[in-house]
Amino acid sequence: MPVIWIVTFLLVLSIAGYVAGRARAFQSASGDVRQMHSLPGYYGYNVALTSLVPALLVLAVWLLVQPMLIESRVAGMLPAEVIPEGSNQSLVMSDVRRVAEGLDIAIERGVMTEESASSIRTEFTDVRGRLGEVGVALGSDVRPEVLRAAQAYRSMSSKGSLAMTIVVGLLAIGGLALAFSRTNKDFRARNVVERGVMALLILAACIAILTTIGIVLSMLFETMNFFRLHSWTDFFFGSTWAPNFRGDSDLSILPLLWGTLYISFIALLVAVPIGLFAAIYLSEYASNAVRSVAKPLLEILAGIPTIVYGLFALLTVGPALMKVFGQGGMAGVGWMSGATSVLTAGLVMGIMLIPFVSSLSDDIINSVPQAMRDGSLGLGATQSETVRQVVMPAALPGIVGAILLAASRAIGETMIVVMGAGAVAKFSVNPLESMTTITTRIVSQLTGDTDFASPETLVAFALGLTLFVLTLGLNILALYIVRKYREQYE
Amino acid sequence: MTDITNLPGNAAEPRKHGSLLEKDARTARRNAAEKRFQVYGMVAIGIGLLMLVILVVNIFSQGLGAFQQTFVTLEVQLDESKLDKNGNRNLEEIKKVSTFGYAPLIQQAFEAKVAADGIETALPGKAMADILSKSAAAQLRDFVIANPDEIGKTVEFRFLANSRVDGYLKGRVTRESIVNDKNVTAEQLDFVDALKEDGVLAKTFNMSFITGADASDQRPEDAGMGVSMLGSLFMMLVVLILSLPIGVAASIYLEEFAAKNWLTDIIEVNISNLAAVPSIVFGILGLAVFINYMHLPMSAPLVGGLVLTLMTLPTIIISTRASLKAVPPSIRDAALGVGASKMQAVFHHVLPLAAPGILTGTIIGLAQALGETAPLLLIGMVGFIASNAPDSIASGLLSPNSAMPAQIYEWAKRADPAFYERAWGGIIILLLFLITMNTVAVILRRRFERRW
Repeated sequence: MPVIWIVTFLLVLSIAGYVAGRARAFQSASGDVRQMHSLPGYYGYNVALTSLVPALLVLAVWLLVQPMLIESRVAGMLPAEVIPEGSNQSLVMSDVRRVAEGLDIAIERGVMTEESASSIRTEFTDVRGRLGEVGVALGSDVRPEVLRAAQAYRSMSSKGSLAMTIVVGLLAIGGLALAFSRTNKDFRARNVVERGVMALLILAACIAILTTIGIVLSMLFETMNFFRLHSWTDFFFGSTWAPNFRGDSDLSILPLLWGTLYISFIALLVAVPIGLFAAIYLSEYASNAVRSVAKPLLEILAGIPTIVYGLFALLTVGPALMKVFGQGGMAGVGWMSGATSVLTAGLVMGIMLIPFVSSLSDDIINSVPQAMRDGSLGLGATQSETVRQVVMPAALPGIVGAILLAASRAIGETMIVVMGAGAVAKFSVNPLESMTTITTRIVSQLTGDTDFASPETLVAFALGLTLFVLTLGLNILALYIVRKYREQYE
Repeated sequence: MTDITNLPGNAAEPRKHGSLLEKDARTARRNAAEKRFQVYGMVAIGIGLLMLVILVVNIFSQGLGAFQQTFVTLEVQLDESKLDKNGNRNLEEIKKVSTFGYAPLIQQAFEAKVAADGIETALPGKAMADILSKSAAAQLRDFVIANPDEIGKTVEFRFLANSRVDGYLKGRVTRESIVNDKNVTAEQLDFVDALKEDGVLAKTFNMSFITGADASDQRPEDAGMGVSMLGSLFMMLVVLILSLPIGVAASIYLEEFAAKNWLTDIIEVNISNLAAVPSIVFGILGLAVFINYMHLPMSAPLVGGLVLTLMTLPTIIISTRASLKAVPPSIRDAALGVGASKMQAVFHHVLPLAAPGILTGTIIGLAQALGETAPLLLIGMVGFIASNAPDSIASGLLSPNSAMPAQIYEWAKRADPAFYERAWGGIIILLLFLITMNTVAVILRRRFERRW
């Protein structure tokens, strides 16, 4: 990995820069700290950072941009007739990359020399066989155009990497030399270093924005590709979900949305009453001892990974429900035909959400001013009357916010529904039937072999974007409600 | 429902004269309502705690079995005429004998054992050998290739029993449940009982579940968590190295330096929203950006680590900001008062005081990332892709691997119930990690937290 070596080189250089800069500052002040503008360490940091940071930034940007540029240049080299019927450019490009990778491995293993790798021709050599020897299996014989593109790809990549190494190295050494030459006792090293550190801090804070932009853009582009291949009216308003890898699929979000909302509804039906009553008891009735034990214990439920709940749904709750409602079950009704169902997933998700509802509501109930309770109790109301008629109405907006947050969690939850809800997309009101959700379909469309040119894969991005917008909307609404309410009492 | 406005003394209802010492019907009703309300609360907490207990009991009762495995101890004569016909100990020639060539040796070993200990069975040698795992012959072959000098001698081996026999000893498989099972017969189970009596076959602690790699569908008895644990470890390494510095830097800026302007507002709203974005969306981001766009290797712990970093950052930023906020302003004022710059006040005084809180938040964030599954499925970190432990840090980061939760998911999907036991066992290991991390976080907080 040459990149690791470049980074190591930069780090070593910057440490050397630190030592050198510090020493030079001392020298120019003839060893007297009092004559320097800044503490001696700052001169060192100045040299180290000036050499390290620009070089690292350029390295990062280069690594991002180079593959893109090479990709588009090489793709431009491929003549249109190379792309076979029913395939597309990105598939051919992935072939090109595989061949290029194979050539790299072959050289590494010593099967080919650098020279022969860049000069072999499919007309004379069985490239597929040679690459097969080193463990790179190719689906079909290598066509001459693809091989030539792969060779161009390799030569551009290696030229690019060489240029990158040189540019980054020069930048680091240049930065070091510049900062070193400016180092003397009157140089305002601290101010310069602090400005640099400040820029880094701002950069770190902006990563949050970059992530959001990344999420939105990555899904938006693929969603647009999807809508080019599939009508958006069918996606939003159709009524069947039937992906079909021969093409011509019905991909409508509505049945999935129905399953998602139904499961979330059952989960909230479990979590909201239990969570709310638990919160009321903990904040209004429980002694300190009970509170200090019960609250953390309940919160453990929130810290358990969702895969555990998924397994619990699949292997424990589902079979238990089958024993009651299944064929020949205890209830004798035979309504359930498999362990996965809306109820299975909903119940387990409800358990997961209990602490979510209870701790948020607990905080909100606690923030209702004591004076309101005292007033109510002073008028002769019992404690439960106070809770129901004074505390609850006051805390209601906050509690609605908490429930909305829990709903957004339920809609975005993946592992429990993947393992507990099933895979059948349909509109049904029977909670004992298996149904599927948006998140489940994202997982199933994007795992395994994915072909980014087919609507069956791309639909996952449209689903993801819908999910993102849905949960984001719920969160913003919830935060807005909570914030507005808080202003009343603070 | 009783209503305060309808209490006695209100104009709506005529006043009843009675003694305060006597409880009238309305008071009794209100008191009963009060009692009921309290009971609802207790029941709610009771249900919550009961669920926790059921979950924990369920995990341990189903999963502890995975830590024990049935082994058969046999003395196998490494017959020279079968393994090394020419007798020249040439490794290349020994390697030509496939695992099929080793199967008769195991059968002979069984027959010898049965004859020596006087175990009564009508089974032929092949059926006896079938109670072992399919990995037994390969185990023998690996041993011979590693120690060619042992050919011709008699060596004692511990073989894994197959999953049906193992299930029989653990009570998962019964004589009734195998009626339609082609993999094991009632006679074989009789034979297993006899061997158990004889001490040849025994259930012991199974270290290879903790250290081993995943195995194919056919050999649940051979599957282990070790390699996926390494995958998780490398991911956590990436998460720690990236998210701690970036998270702390972002928090310092937002908490200590940021002016109130639109940029700060956008960042703040962004962070609180990112904390609530479903984890699977981060998986889509990872697939689209890191794998499709940047062409990083699929299934690599590096990519998993990057995705989880983006996911953990908001958690770490939120907790770091809280602990920075908890440092009283007098510390900053004192530092500024003796001539420190603002940057010096923060880095030399505020940050060290906030460090325990930051560390606690980071550990909790890491624990969250460790248990996350959904985004890993999308970037291909599923089970059975790494059969060997990575041999260097670079290959640990870049070669395909799984992660603990993804491995558990993979096992839960397989058809053989023997894998379910492994999945629960894997969960015990995962939970042990999480409990340890959280305990460390709590201890750190108790030990170093300062109240100002």
